[in-house]
Amino acid sequence: MQDELIAIKGVKDGLLISLSPTENWQSVTDHLAARIDARADFFAGAAITIELGTRPVPKYELSSLKALLERRGLSLSLVLSESDTTRESALALDLKTDSNKRSAATEKQETLPVDPEETGTGGVLVRRTLRSGRIVHSKGHVVVFGDVNPGAQVIAAGDVIVWGKLRGTVHAGADGDESAVVCALEMSPSQLRIAGYIVTSPAGKRRHVAPEVALIRDNQIVVEARR
Amino acid sequence: MGGKVVTITSGKGGVGKTTATANLGISLANLGKKVVVIDADIGLRNLDVIMGLENRIVYDLVDIVEGRAKLRQAMIKHKKFEQLFLIPAAQTRDKMAVSPKDMVELTDKLREDHDYVIIDSPAGIERGFRNALEPADEVLIVTNPEVSAVRDADRIIGLIEAADKGPGRLIINRLKTEMVNKGEMLSAEDVFDILSLEIIGIIPEDEFVLSASNSGVPVSLNEGSRAGMAFANVARRVTGEDVPFMDLEENPGFFKRLMRFLDGR
Repeated sequence: MQDELIAIKGVKDGLLISLSPTENWQSVTDHLAARIDARADFFAGAAITIELGTRPVPKYELSSLKALLERRGLSLSLVLSESDTTRESALALDLKTDSNKRSAATEKQETLPVDPEETGTGGVLVRRTLRSGRIVHSKGHVVVFGDVNPGAQVIAAGDVIVWGKLRGTVHAGADGDESAVVCALEMSPSQLRIAGYIVTSPAGKRRHVAPEVALIRDNQIVVEARR
Repeated sequence: MGGKVVTITSGKGGVGKTTATANLGISLANLGKKVVVIDADIGLRNLDVIMGLENRIVYDLVDIVEGRAKLRQAMIKHKKFEQLFLIPAAQTRDKMAVSPKDMVELTDKLREDHDYVIIDSPAGIERGFRNALEPADEVLIVTNPEVSAVRDADRIIGLIEAADKGPGRLIINRLKTEMVNKGEMLSAEDVFDILSLEIIGIIPEDEFVLSASNSGVPVSLNEGSRAGMAFANVARRVTGEDVPFMDLEENPGFFKRLMRFLDGR
């Protein structure tokens, strides 16, 4: 039956559609299209989170899935996957992506702030430089092993750690967590936000470059060297 | 698999893609290579003008793709180099007239009996760029030492990497050493610091380039031009030769040269 291929449920900000990670991709997506078409009014305008489990989905397949939803007026707002390939595909298509574990956690405790101690591994590791136009969005933490170039963006509900030069725009604690921090080996973001606070980097070149941490203290963002 | 397909792109317009394509084509031909240059900027063709071949166009890229002309018929032989050909863009159509697959088929045929196929990509990140990127074995990204051009180059490099055509190499065009020294222009080091991409050429600003483009005789045919020399060096690096970067210090001036001479240099 269809239910083995796909499962649909309502979540905080739209619909969560889980696609079977083992069944044939074509039949899964065909079923999905049929389900949506059968109840167009139920789906109308919803923001869709797709959960793909362990299935490695190449970019072209993910792209056609996105198109399938868009043709029906639905926006694919988040791709949940345990597969690196799938998350890479999602990033390549500028889609928000995240691992499954985090989603399960945030679903149950929607109102709780992200707690790095308890949820441990929730987050995305990006093992390359984020170039202009690239956006990484996560409900957990984001670690970039590379630079964040001007014009690139990182948005995380948790912390953002850049093992490289941070020159783009970064938003930590995007869901309002004021305890979130941003760390970088070279801290010169075009704009840095933590929760509801915004700062920009001072103009001009800096003589001294050292790893720094940005955090909220006394109702403002401060940037300091890591002791 | 025969020849190599090199695509020249930039993201931003007006940074010197077409100039670079023309000069790279000429310089490679000058090294004795068999070369075809393709203008993929359908609707806004320029390469023919810069190469001085505008008045010889009968058929174009779209004519080949749509079967109105045989490949050979649309290949225009250069006036000076017997082994250099141009396939011009159509002027009356748009980018959608050609698909990435068409470009792969076309370049696969051209590879068979040419050493290099050089594609001049249009500006932008849409279909025209995709057409130019799809068949590429190597991508050269042209940028100017200015913030907006570098930003666009960064975006395009990201797209090239995503298409598994990376990492590509960088041509920094129109560098003015004087301005860099005064801190008014990004230096090659500044550009490299942001893009982290191997630099295959640094082309100094040179007024010969404009007059050369207008007269249809690419600047690399002018032996007195520093930009021409720099482009010739890019061509040699494309063939795998290890060529040292030239001294970009602009005309040291008589006095300075005298001082150097007296210094024993």
